[in-house]
Amino acid sequence: MRYITEFRDRALAENLAGRIRRAVQPDRAYHFMEFCGGHTHAIFRYGVQDLMPPNVHFVHGPGCPVCVLPVRRLDDAIELAEKHGVILCTYGDMMRVPGTGRRSLIKAKADGADIRMVYSTLDALKIARENPDRQVVFFAIGFETTTPPTAVAIKMAQAERLTNFTVFCNHVLTPAAIEHVLDAPDGPAQIDGFLGPSHVSAVIGSHPYEAAAQKYQKPVVIAGFEPLDVMQSVLMLIGQVNAGRAEVENQYTRVVTRFGNRKAQALVAEVFTLRDRFEWRGLGSVPQSALQIRDNFADFDAERRFAASQKQSREVKSCECPAVLRGAKKPIECKLFGAVCTPDNPMGACMVSSEGACAAYFSYGRQRAPKDAA
Amino acid sequence: MCLAIPAKVLSVEPDDMAVVTVENVRKRISTALLDVVAVGDYLLIHVGYALHKLSEEEAAHTLSLMAEAGILQEELDEISGDAPCVT
Amino acid sequence: MTDCINMTHGGGGRVMAELIRDVFHKHLGNRILDRGDDAGLFAVQKGRLVMSTDGHVIAPLFFPGGDIGALSVHGTVNDLAMMGAKPLYLTAGFILEEGYPLTDLERIVWSMASAAREAGVQIISGDTKVVERGKGDGVFITTTGIGVLPEGVDISVSNVTVGQSVLVSGTIGDHGVAVLSKRENLEFETEIYSDTASLHGLVADMVAAVPDIAMLRDPTRGGLSATLNEIATAAGVGITLDEVQIPVSPDVAAACELLGLDPQNIANEGKLIAICPSGKADALLAIMRAHPLGQNAAIIGKVTDDPSHLVQMKTAFGGTRIVDWLAGEQLPRIC
Repeated sequence: MRYITEFRDRALAENLAGRIRRAVQPDRAYHFMEFCGGHTHAIFRYGVQDLMPPNVHFVHGPGCPVCVLPVRRLDDAIELAEKHGVILCTYGDMMRVPGTGRRSLIKAKADGADIRMVYSTLDALKIARENPDRQVVFFAIGFETTTPPTAVAIKMAQAERLTNFTVFCNHVLTPAAIEHVLDAPDGPAQIDGFLGPSHVSAVIGSHPYEAAAQKYQKPVVIAGFEPLDVMQSVLMLIGQVNAGRAEVENQYTRVVTRFGNRKAQALVAEVFTLRDRFEWRGLGSVPQSALQIRDNFADFDAERRFAASQKQSREVKSCECPAVLRGAKKPIECKLFGAVCTPDNPMGACMVSSEGACAAYFSYGRQRAPKDAA
Repeated sequence: MCLAIPAKVLSVEPDDMAVVTVENVRKRISTALLDVVAVGDYLLIHVGYALHKLSEEEAAHTLSLMAEAGILQEELDEISGDAPCVT
Repeated sequence: MTDCINMTHGGGGRVMAELIRDVFHKHLGNRILDRGDDAGLFAVQKGRLVMSTDGHVIAPLFFPGGDIGALSVHGTVNDLAMMGAKPLYLTAGFILEEGYPLTDLERIVWSMASAAREAGVQIISGDTKVVERGKGDGVFITTTGIGVLPEGVDISVSNVTVGQSVLVSGTIGDHGVAVLSKRENLEFETEIYSDTASLHGLVADMVAAVPDIAMLRDPTRGGLSATLNEIATAAGVGITLDEVQIPVSPDVAAACELLGLDPQNIANEGKLIAICPSGKADALLAIMRAHPLGQNAAIIGKVTDDPSHLVQMKTAFGGTRIVDWLAGEQLPRIC
């Protein structure tokens, strides 16, 4: 597969592994946070940490939109389907995430709620057109990569004057999250640099990270999605750390430019505006970190069309997703990990989402001893 | 960040749609987020939308940077005297 | 005859008898079935018998490379074949939904008949019931099969021991991707066909060449990963795989990339996993590749001594990871 297979080449991997080995200073450790859940997944899936020298560590970040969605919002989505009888369209990732009382979309569906998995917002629009007598709600989640498709859908719904299509918007922003992680008083002991997200950056460009790199004096390398990209990015981060630099570098040049996809950004700005604050699972309340639908698109805002009940939402006690998401704890340090909490029986989002650190670690890496767990 | 895959444009359709292909797998996707799309372009596809065009030049450049490691090692060996004298 | 199934077709009266005659017997007819008795009569085979049953609820009913009819024959034949048995007879129970088009039903039954003929089995008894509209998914089929185990054949997970080799008979993920390609909301056009097929011919060749095969299993729902994990747990061993050796067709690989799925977790309906003594692996591989259903067979790993019973894999990239037993059906992901 063009532009995929070449970036998984074993010979190149060995080359890069050798170069990384020669680049690291033997008397120090390097801790790099891969912000993006997709990177966590790739690292584990390809066993990238096996090719790293022992003093290079990956710290898993909160870039998993499924993991950071607060329980309350999931409960609200389930309620939309169950109490308001809407057709709730959702991406596959959300289906098994447990909400309050271990209730999930897939369980609600089994109990009769009309919940449909879609691949794209285009599918949700199609469902709305084909079911003019039913209310259709699209459960929108995701970082900046996934937001433009939602914006396009809302605009299309407006152009077609659809009266039965709304969006339950939970889109969140990456740079705000990165800053929040760095600000957290009880965050990870040490982060020496960041592997920046691949496809968020394809949309927003590399420049939004410049302020954070400058302010916190941490290098950021925008890394591609394939394992060779991750390795080359690690090499670049090591170079910066060794030289005491704190810049934003772009490894993923085949897709990411400094200013990104301006058309997509304009569409997003047209349809959405910043929320003052938004509750993130694990990070607490983060200012200016999430989007809501603008007033002139109010007709497509599920939050305005359907009143949410003010039920109490509860996380499972002892679930350490919040700490894991901040990189403050490793999955294995959660009391529930592997014992009560498994992919079969997930207690929190980090175990259900295939991007969650707990799931990645359990599914791909639990044979490793704790000290070399990435 | 999210799962996105490079696919080649097979045909361009009206209303901001296109058919793209990965190997022989074809899919109709939206090009509403891009300005100009031509047959043969490689696009990054995420949840049914093209997010960006791929730069073939940059891809080739990245691969060559990754391959450089081998050459660099030979040079290092020469400098440190590990490699047999060439000159 | 009317166009669609209605409740009288299940009523036990004349209309039902006509359906049985005009659709089922017409295509499935054989000496035993045609006797018209309440049960199929056959002589008891000398030796050990094996019996298996399978329910089929696949949606959509027709997919590239097959349909529920063919699947219902191949599925049960393969269960018997995985024991090393020669399949002989099947029975088939149909649950039909009111409103289901008769032409489609006939297509399905015709397909079953072809599959049965190719497999050399006869369908000797059947049953039909009709449920109200909305209470079924068009057609559900349950098939039960009986087969005879040749003398000396002992194929079972209890024979699996450390050091044996693990082989697969061909490319993985074909069936699941072919089905996904038709399902609503995940439409893409591919030229990927389901691999649904009866494997007893291949098995017969394998057992003849390598009588001390330890075990066979077909990786259906849950794919390669589920089946290997089942085996590892049941036999109390570990399994290590070499990703580079696992055959995946480029189209299936591409479809999986698009959807964020792993070919190892996707169903197969015409493939088998074989575990045999390592000294016999090459011979077994050769015999598999000589058969049309085993042309892409490969040695993909070995059985190891692992108290945690994990299935691990050396990735194409050079690292190692676990091949995990999925909680449920793998769902396409965006992240």
